[in-house]
Amino acid sequence: MSPAPASQPVVRVEGLVAGYDGNVLLQNVSFTVDRGEVFVILGGSGCGKSTLLKHMIGLYEPMAGHVFIDGDDIVTAEGDARRAILTKIGVMYQSGALFGSMTLLENVRLPLEEYTSLDQGAMDLIARMKLKLVGLDAFCGHMPSEISGGMQKRAAIARAMALDPGILFLDEPSAGLDPITSATLDALIRRLAASLHITFVIVTHELASIYAISDRVIMLDKRAKGIIAEGDPKVLRDTSDHPWVRQFFRREAEAATEAA
Amino acid sequence: MNAATEQATRPAAAIALADAGDRSRVLALSGRLDAYSIATVWREARAAVMAAPNQPIVVDATAVDYCDGGGVAMLVDLLRQPRAAAAPVTIRGLKSEFKTLLDQFDPQAFAAPAAPPPPQTRTVEDIGRITAQLFRDMRTQVAFVGETSSALWYAFTHPGRVRWKDVWYECEQVGANALPIVTLISFLLGIILAFQAAVPMRQFGAEIFVADLVGLAIIRELGGLMTAILLAGRSGAAFAAEIGTMKVNEELNALTTMGLDPVRFLVVTRILAAILMVPLLSLYANLVGVFAGGITMLSFNIPLVTYFKEVDSIVDLKDLLAGMVKTPVFAILIAGIGCLRGLQTQTGASGVGISATRAVVSGIVLLVAVDGIFAVIYYILDI
Repeated sequence: MSPAPASQPVVRVEGLVAGYDGNVLLQNVSFTVDRGEVFVILGGSGCGKSTLLKHMIGLYEPMAGHVFIDGDDIVTAEGDARRAILTKIGVMYQSGALFGSMTLLENVRLPLEEYTSLDQGAMDLIARMKLKLVGLDAFCGHMPSEISGGMQKRAAIARAMALDPGILFLDEPSAGLDPITSATLDALIRRLAASLHITFVIVTHELASIYAISDRVIMLDKRAKGIIAEGDPKVLRDTSDHPWVRQFFRREAEAATEAA
Repeated sequence: MNAATEQATRPAAAIALADAGDRSRVLALSGRLDAYSIATVWREARAAVMAAPNQPIVVDATAVDYCDGGGVAMLVDLLRQPRAAAAPVTIRGLKSEFKTLLDQFDPQAFAAPAAPPPPQTRTVEDIGRITAQLFRDMRTQVAFVGETSSALWYAFTHPGRVRWKDVWYECEQVGANALPIVTLISFLLGIILAFQAAVPMRQFGAEIFVADLVGLAIIRELGGLMTAILLAGRSGAAFAAEIGTMKVNEELNALTTMGLDPVRFLVVTRILAAILMVPLLSLYANLVGVFAGGITMLSFNIPLVTYFKEVDSIVDLKDLLAGMVKTPVFAILIAGIGCLRGLQTQTGASGVGISATRAVVSGIVLLVAVDGIFAVIYYILDI
């Protein structure tokens, strides 16, 4: 939704080194995400998927490297420049992270109240339309505690879309959901990507979701401390000769690979 | 382009109003229609539509360069306005990629308010609801007192079953970690008490009796009470928040399904720690407070030896015990109320905050009330 040309990558990660307390978790990670793409970061538990995502949205400061959002470096940006970058992205956290003391409508309206000078009626209408997009228009007045986990995640997507950002970051959207709700969420992501041309960067390790939604994936591995594969997930599943990639896509147990 | 400058140089949304030859009103929109730039245009467009209820309205979007969810919402808002059949609102010239967005919404679906207004309640209904809530709360408290007493008795009769490691950890939290704040408050209390008393008493040459006042007030009353109030704010709130968060995270359910009683596991250890630590902290607060009074009296030319001799002559073991007997009761109140409020926590982050607040408020109120009861009992027993 940004005026930049389609050929330009909308997210560019360059030489990112990330970790905690001096321990390096990700070493020299570089990749790009194209505009309008549904891009999935996958990998086993503890490989640094969520850590990478949190560096990409500027929550954590990397040990080294840069993350460019629409050409602007979120690592070095401060003040108004940083706020301007943050209006271009929306984030859905693993738990939904809806504000428990607000209704769904108020949750979605909050970014509009803080960033725009629209009147109350206009903000309400935009919030209702976002909730309608995720199929929750009948639950505007509900508190987050009154709806299911899947609905909370959909409401969190609506909140992330409140300001019409060009890029949505989703952390484990299908985790803990039943197959039907998970498939519904996958369909929603594909529909939003197709109709609103939003770029999605999604962290997940749910194989069914990966095949259903992704245009391109990168696979992280904790042993490599970085990217071990990149491309179309079905092609990787069928053709990759990397044992760790095969192990992941074929859902093989740890010992099986070691024995092999 | 830099993000900040990009935002500053966005082409502004604009609106121009004109009357067409066919008696229709034309609203010509142009520029970039997004949530950041359409506030004024939206207000003007809505006012123009409402000002011409009997005139057909044509929204000309030919010159719109960009339109996202915010712009589409504005168009939906104009389309949903109630109009006469002969004066509809129509949109023309909207680029196909933006029209696809608009076509996802039925404007009439947004004609009604988002949620019906909350039902109005009557005063009698409110009184009934509050009373019922009060009785439910009392029932919970009685049940909690029963469960806790039973668990404490079990701990007393089966000391080997108590989780002493947890008790010592809580002792550190409630006792050792509270020493700095107890020291500071008791010291200041002693100094303020002595100074406020010494100034008027000096007029009668009776400064030495400040030692009597400070000694009796702190040892019989204030040392224990102030320590308890401090711990109600510090540890009572911590207990409520900790157990409340555990409840929100379903850790209490996990304990229950493992066959472990949350009261024995969480409440007993905290109450035992408080019973062990509050008397010790109160005794320490007494010493610091009385000593601080002596420091103040140095500035009134009363040496420390004279001051402590006077304290010794007026305060006897009965006074010390009268002050100390209350402290285990205070301890049970602080820890019990903190744990009870934690167990009563409702869902969400605000639930934990409410529990911590209720723990402190009801803890302090109960402490003062129980202290008053002790004062009456001591008066009747002539202690």
